[in-house]
Amino acid sequence: MHAVVCIKQVPETTDVRFDPETNTMVREGVSSIINPFDEYAIEEALLTRERFGGKVTVLTMGPPQAAEALRTALAMGADQAVLVTDKAFAGSDTLATSYTLSMAIRKLGPLDLIFCGRQAMDGDTGQVGPGVAHRLGIPQLTYVCKVKKIDWESRRIEVERLLENGVQVVESPLPALLTVVKDINQPRLPSLLRMKRAKQAEIPTWGAIDIGASPSRIGLEGSPTQVIRTFSPPKRTGGQKLTGEPEEVVKELVDKLFASKVI
Amino acid sequence: MPLLEVIKEKCKGCGLCVKACPFGAIEIVNKLAVVKESCTGCGACLDSCKFHALYLREVEKQPKVDVSEYQGVWVFIEHEGPQIAHVSLELLGKGRELADKLSTYLSAMLLGDEISPLVEQLFRFGPDRVHCIEDPILKHYRTGPYVTAASLLVRKYRPELVLAGATTTGRDFASALATELETGLTADCTELDIDPERGLLVQTRPAFGGNIMATILCPHRRPQMATVRPKVMQMPKPVDTKGGEVIRETFDLNEDQILTKIINFIPSTETVNLADAQIIVSGGRGLGAADNFRLIEDLADVLGAAVGASRAAVDAGWISYPHQVGQTGRTVRPRVYFACGISGAIQHQAGMKTSEVIVAINKDPDAPIFDIATYGIVGDLFEIVPLLTQQFKRRLRK
Repeated sequence: MHAVVCIKQVPETTDVRFDPETNTMVREGVSSIINPFDEYAIEEALLTRERFGGKVTVLTMGPPQAAEALRTALAMGADQAVLVTDKAFAGSDTLATSYTLSMAIRKLGPLDLIFCGRQAMDGDTGQVGPGVAHRLGIPQLTYVCKVKKIDWESRRIEVERLLENGVQVVESPLPALLTVVKDINQPRLPSLLRMKRAKQAEIPTWGAIDIGASPSRIGLEGSPTQVIRTFSPPKRTGGQKLTGEPEEVVKELVDKLFASKVI
Repeated sequence: MPLLEVIKEKCKGCGLCVKACPFGAIEIVNKLAVVKESCTGCGACLDSCKFHALYLREVEKQPKVDVSEYQGVWVFIEHEGPQIAHVSLELLGKGRELADKLSTYLSAMLLGDEISPLVEQLFRFGPDRVHCIEDPILKHYRTGPYVTAASLLVRKYRPELVLAGATTTGRDFASALATELETGLTADCTELDIDPERGLLVQTRPAFGGNIMATILCPHRRPQMATVRPKVMQMPKPVDTKGGEVIRETFDLNEDQILTKIINFIPSTETVNLADAQIIVSGGRGLGAADNFRLIEDLADVLGAAVGASRAAVDAGWISYPHQVGQTGRTVRPRVYFACGISGAIQHQAGMKTSEVIVAINKDPDAPIFDIATYGIVGDLFEIVPLLTQQFKRRLRK
């Protein structure tokens, strides 16, 4: 069994805050982490390997420092890691990113499963996973909360997908791409011993030429969408604090809610 | 090569651009601004420079398509049997406005089986046309056949905009369709408008958990695609049907060619769906124990509300994940949101701060939830919540 996990390095969002005076993002001391949703994807790949044997490859596209995220994944137990990095990838939107990742995955060779987190915490789009699946021509199983079974003889997988109004049970052939939600497992912590080893691990880096990417389909040129402006959202201001004896406060609140006709 | 260029002769190394960069991609080295690889070319820094020392290199972008050939605003209609998702109707409302600004037509893209009753319903919400494919294979949403059907329609009729709900189905669909069509897709837009000069779709969306807003264009490829979360756009008022043009196409796929099979659907046992709830009562760490969620449920029962929770309460195992509101859970926009014993971390706020009215009950007067609450009560939730239940019970005569 060969499972590939696509991960992304993101800023630890709790650190992202705006300076109200300059209206800019405070970046000092912002550390980078593996996108939290991707940890569930890594864990699911590791669990699958523990059940069936095989190997787990983690893959990321990003700047050279994204290697740190790969090392964390290795410390969790992944067998190998590949960093896809090139200045030519700068400015990629989800379409260009899914193209780049799919080209790198083709280079990895035969595989059975691709795991992704349901979305990245910074961009929040959830578009790259399905984009990769579509480019590779394999089924996309999104929002997976449980892998029910994998039948290696018929090469089929059965999963549960967590939808707004319930759980859908779906079956598809392998290889397939799964995007997973938080409910699926509890990611393990990196082990100390593995962390030491991961620090020294050789992580191959692949550029645009290595994966045979067409220059017109990567980076800014390969990205149909353009961010033309970024700004701080209008702040929602606090309203009224109601004070007094509990009975009175509650009555006042209920009066106000009825008066504003929201209830 | 970074896209941002620094004119060395003009740069004074003052560092204003460093502060303005949302991506931390500029640093000052030897009194000169240096652009790092993480520059995305967003342009947020341009106005910050008092010395006009920054400019964006124009990247030669070949127009991939003749954009003038594309006309019409389309909305992907999400439905389960005869039930149309509210978000699709909301998008027809927004789509009407966009189509009028572009002086073009509005269409509902309807894929499914036995869809005739849906067509009638749809015309009450304003589209001029319905583009549809009816086939037993399309009875339930599945990525493969839906994307095949939709791309057939889009390639033939060339709409300039395609909108879809940012639901599990809508995101799954739009991501694959945009990839198939090699066009741009912007997720979770909170505002959509038309640039009056260029006629482009101006898409605004939050990123970084709502800490930053970005305005995005897709100038050179068509259709321009966007998803919008439920309850972000206003639901249009249904009108007496004037009917409209129904354009039917067929496709020849048979079941053997389709990879995925739906085996079963287990509906959620919850009586109220969080995403659709008008009122939500949420509990957090302040509840202290799983049993205490009873207080939240009691209040929710009286109000016919859905029960939500903060991540802390879910992680503690007091309530299941589908109840979680926030960045890693559901985004909600009810008329009233009660946050009981929830401190209101930025991640929680990202999932609920667009609620019409927010009521916060917390014993910590400094809890961040009070910064966004319409009404805040500093007090013991174990005292306040039961009193609220009692009051509402009396007032609603239950």
